[in-house]
Order: sequence, then structure tokens, then C-alpha cells
Amino acid sequence: MIAFVVQRLLQSVLVMLAVAFISFALFRYIGDPVLIMLGQDFTREQYEMLVRDLGLDQPFYVQFAKFVVSAVQGEFGISYRLARPVAQLIAERLPATLELSMMAALLALTIGVPMGVYTGLRRDSWLSRFFLTISLVGVSLPTFLIGILLILVFAVQLGVLPSFGRGDVVKFGSWSTGFLTTSGLKALVLPAVTLCLFQLTLIMRLVRSEMLEVLRTDYIKFARARGLQNRAVNFGHALKNTLVPVITITGLQIGGIIAFAIVTETVFQWPGMGLLFIQSVNNADVPVMAAYLLLVGFFFVVINLVVDLLYYVVDPRLRIDRGAASGH
Amino acid sequence: MAEAPILEVKNLRVEFPTRRGTLVAVDDISFSIAPGEVLGVVGESGAGKSMTGAAVIGLIEPPGRIAGGSISLAGRRIDDLPYEEMRKVRGREIGAIFQDPLTSLNPLYTIGRQITETILTHLPVSPAEAQQRAIGLLREVGIPAAEKRIDHYPHQFSGGMRQRVVIALALAANPKLIIADEPTTALDVSIQAQIIALIKKLCCEHGAAVMLVTHDMGVIAETADRVAVMYAGRIAEIGPVRDVIKAARHPYTDGLMASIPKVGRTDARLAQIDGAMPRLNAIPRGCAFNPRCTKAFDRCRAERPEPMRVGNSDVACWLYDAGQGGTR
Ligand SMILES: Nc1ncnc2c1ncn2[C@@H]1O[C@H](COP(=O)(O)OP(=O)(O)OP(=O)(O)O)[C@@H](O)[C@H]1O
Ligand code: SF4
Ligand SMILES: [Mg+2]
Repeated sequence: MIAFVVQRLLQSVLVMLAVAFISFALFRYIGDPVLIMLGQDFTREQYEMLVRDLGLDQPFYVQFAKFVVSAVQGEFGISYRLARPVAQLIAERLPATLELSMMAALLALTIGVPMGVYTGLRRDSWLSRFFLTISLVGVSLPTFLIGILLILVFAVQLGVLPSFGRGDVVKFGSWSTGFLTTSGLKALVLPAVTLCLFQLTLIMRLVRSEMLEVLRTDYIKFARARGLQNRAVNFGHALKNTLVPVITITGLQIGGIIAFAIVTETVFQWPGMGLLFIQSVNNADVPVMAAYLLLVGFFFVVINLVVDLLYYVVDPRLRIDRGAASGH
Repeated sequence: MAEAPILEVKNLRVEFPTRRGTLVAVDDISFSIAPGEVLGVVGESGAGKSMTGAAVIGLIEPPGRIAGGSISLAGRRIDDLPYEEMRKVRGREIGAIFQDPLTSLNPLYTIGRQITETILTHLPVSPAEAQQRAIGLLREVGIPAAEKRIDHYPHQFSGGMRQRVVIALALAANPKLIIADEPTTALDVSIQAQIIALIKKLCCEHGAAVMLVTHDMGVIAETADRVAVMYAGRIAEIGPVRDVIKAARHPYTDGLMASIPKVGRTDARLAQIDGAMPRLNAIPRGCAFNPRCTKAFDRCRAERPEPMRVGNSDVACWLYDAGQGGTR
């Protein structure tokens, strides 16, 4: 167990270093940060001094090492656009994105899994067919279009939900939450639904196909032949066996949700990291872009780690316990 | 038979509706099994052996269905029971042993959990009693250190050991009939005899009758009391093992027996039956065996032979129609 965790942690560190490298390369080689910082008028001496100050004259590996060290300390430099520390900017935006993403992930899971189980068990019912048909819409319509359609119906036509912003938020230290006010919750509905739709349909289709697969296995037939109740067979035996692939994909999807949030946040003017990122791209605000990249990479790595550990919990075959195996 | 049969199958017919018409996998077969009796079922691949077993246990997979006849267990008709009623029969009154022990057990649960779950489904006992009973069963099927092994997962057992666990599961609620469909085909040759002997011994001790499907005439000779020979969805011949093996009456059985090398027989030439069993959509008129039968005559190509009593056997062959006792 411990060896397994250590191995996975080391892998994660390697992945993070790779992401950091890309992020660093972006930072260092897209445009000339010195030129951007100096603006229009500067002398040769000013330019060279700034290069030295920023350490840009040092060999590239020294620069990379410095970049990594400061990134670990949460130091990402100063935003070109807003002239404020990037870390601060991100910290302000993070709660909005995380709340939106978690809400979307929660919706995708709590609706997608039961729908997948239902369509897997009742293959031929009209409701299953209906779910499958609308799920096609979910995977094929682009997120921004769904968002705009929802705004059109619920904000413009019916006027029941706000079309942009986060509503009122309550502050807990550096964390701001929209969960505690009515306007905050209302504001969350449309973006969360928009963001979850794609993942929801994906999870539903995945659970369905896994269920169909598992229901064909011998151990399910044998469970029926033992006279177990349908509930025990379907949920105790079949569903649990679909969990490993479902956990994998769901993990990746949660990462995907955080990344996809860029589009949704833009459509709904949601004040999160995604919106910050888009604004930075428009202004070539490289430090913010680099930090965002690193952070999303970090989320993916953490989620992967959790997924690996969950496998371990779900599937006894992965637990290293060879001592007990024996011959005939 | 003096004793009332535990299983009585009358004119059973199993069909598969397909786009090109209906396939009849089991065609009008009748047989019975006495309490405690071992009925061997042999026949080429596709003869309908497994389908017959599946019909008895009520687990024919749609679109397959029982299209006619009746199945009675201890005098009670079971083929027309509602799903929930039949579920209570499965495991409780009819136990099943599947072919492949590697896939019969759910990999995510300990064998103990799978056994106690079966016991608790069918018997009014406490979890602690079920646990005790499960340990007892594991001892009975010859699993060493049963108290410890009960908490192990299927992957921690070898194939032979897993089949022992499957046998324990089949016997968990003391059923009166066990359906064993090729229980040793997937096992190492060296342990096949042990497993068959174990099934025979335990069923005898528990007073359970057995329907033993196998390709191995040697197993039939040693284990079964009576044997049914199936061909193209029909029973060609059914009777006491000794009669069928030593004095096969149906030309098909005769061919089958002749193709088994006998110990002590020196002639190297093995009789082979020319040709192959017809596919379900191309079963010839009259006797299904007539294209391959060396004794076929006109009537065989026109009329289907019904089982006829010959000695202690029932034989579906026109050779035995006129003169009772056989013309051979
Ligand atoms: N879903 C299905 N649709 C159509 N025909 C089927 C279907 N399932 C089985 N059959 C047919 O039913 C017949 C009987 O099959 P069964 O499995 O009972 O054979 P078997 O005697 O057990 O053979 P084996 O020795 O290979 O196990 C076969 O000819 C098979 O092709
Ligand atoms: S009925 Fe005719 S074809 Fe069929 S087995 Fe008997 S002799 Fe052969
Ligand atoms: Mg079979």
C-alpha cells in the first residue's frame, strides 16, 4: 500500500514538472516579457538592467529551477495587465470556479449514474430510449450554445434566473461562497447546468455500456442462478463492478469540467479563473496564463491520484496480498 | 420408477424467434429425475444441453423462450411461475454449478460474503449462523483452513478451489436438485475427477439429485445413474447408464460409444459418425439423424420417431417401432 502511494506520488511529481516546464516555456518564450514591462520608451541600459533583475540572463535551467521554486511557494509573478500579484488574482477567482465545477460534477454524477443504471437495466423501455436520444443532444451541442439557449429561455423569456455573475457572496476569510444566499444559488443554476450537461451524458452513456457489459458476465448469471434478489444482483453485484471504469472517466471528467469552465464562465460572465484566463489570453498576460496552466495541471494530477487510490479501495485484485494465494 | 420424480420435464420446447423464422433449440423433450438420482446429459455441441438446464432453472435469456411443455419440481409446476416466485426456487430448491469457476464468482466480494448472502437470501437464519454454515460448507467441499479462507477473494484461489467454492454456493441452501453444466470442462485435467467425485459425494450426502451435463462419457459411466443422449434439440435415447453404454440402441448413441477408446480394446480403428449435427435452421424432416445414420430407411426421412420403450430405455428410433425389444 505505502509503496503504491509513494510510486504514484513520484509519478505525480514528474507530471507536475513536465507541466511546469511547458508553463515556464510559455512564460519565457512567448513574447519578450521585458519589452512588455518596459512599455514604449526605454534605453538600452534600462533594458539590460531589467533583464538582469529578472534573472533572464542566467542559463535556462537556473531560470527553470527558480520558476519551480517560486511556483511551489505560490509565487507566479505580477500580472502585466492588472499589475497585481498573480497568486492574489487567482486566489480571488478560485472559489468561484471551484464552486461552479463541484456543483456541475455533483449534478453530473448524481443524475448521470442513476440514468446510466436505469438505461442499462431497462434497455427497451421508452424512457431509456428518450434518455439516450436527448443525451445525443448533450454530447453534440457545443457548451456555449447550450448556455446561450438556457439564458434565452430562463433569463430572457421567463426571467426567473439571472444570466450573468455570481449573485451575492458571503466571505469566509479568503474564500467567498455563493451557496449561502438566494441570489448566489440562483446565479449558480444556469452555469452549473450548462457545465454539467456534457459530462452528465458522458457518464450516463458510460455507466449504461458498462452495466450492459457486466450484466452479460457469468458471475451475474450465477448470482441470478443463486436466487439473489434483483436489487442485490443489479446494485450489489453489477453496479459495483462498473465502478472502476466509471471512477476513471469521472475523475478525468472532473478535471475536464474545471478546464471546460473557461467557456461557461465566459458565457455567463462568471467571475472565476476561466474568465480570468480568457481575459489574460486577450491581453497576452503571460504570467497569469502560465499560472492557470500550472493550476489546472495540478488539479488533474491530484484527481488522478485520488482515482488511483479509489481503485485500490474498490478492487481487491489490486491489493497486494499475495501471501494468501495458494495452489489446488 | 416407484418414487415420485423430483424433476419432471414434459414435452419441453425452447424457441428463439429470429428474423429468418423461429429456431427450435429444444424440441419436445421429456425426461424425469428421481430424488437423489444422477442424470447424465451428453451430446454434441449445440445439441441443446445447456438450454435444457437453463429452462429448468428459469434463466433462458430473451429472446429465447419456453414455447411449450411443462417443468415440474417435486410435483409443482415451475415453468409458468412469476419471476419473483421462480427466484425463490433458484438457489433454494435448484442449485446451479457453472462451467467456468474463474468467471462464476464476483471478483469484488469475498467468497464468504457470496456464500452468506446466498444463505441469508433463502434461509431464516441470523448472519452469525449463516457465517457458521458457510464455514461448514467450505470444509465440506474440502477447502483447508476454512475459517481463514472465508475472508479471501476469488482471485486468491486456484481454479479447482474456486469450483469447490461454486459447489459450496450451489449447496448453500440445501436444494433438492443440482444442475451442473460441464462443471469440469474449464479445469485442469488432473483435478477433474476430484471435482466430479466431490459433486457426487456431496449431492448424495445432501440428498440432492443431479443433472450433470458433460462431454465425457467416462464421467457418465462412473457417476450417472441414468443418461440422456441429446441430438439436435431432441433426446435420442435415455436409460440406465449400463444399458446405454453397454448396449446402445439408438444408432447415434452407438456411434458415440464406439468413438470412445475403451481400455483394453486393441483395435485401433475408432468408429466415427460421418458428417456433423445439422444447424437449427436446417434440421431434416423425419428423424434428425437420418442423413448420418447408416441404418436409415424410408420412414426415417418422412416421419419423426417418438421415444419408444426398449427394455429400460426410451429410444427415439424407428428401428424399434414394430417389434418390442428391438430388431437388432
Ligand atoms: N441467442 C440465441 N439465438 C439463437 N440460437 C441460440 C441462442 N443461444 C443458443 N442458441 C442455440 O441453441 C442451441 C442449443 O445450445 P446449447 O447451449 O444448449 O448447446 P449445448 O448442448 O449446451 O452445447 P455445448 O456442448 O457447446 O455447451 C444451439 O444450437 C445454439 O446455436
Ligand atoms: S429413426 Fe432411422 S434415421 Fe433415425 S436413428 Fe433410427 S434408423 Fe437412424
Ligand atoms: Mg452447453
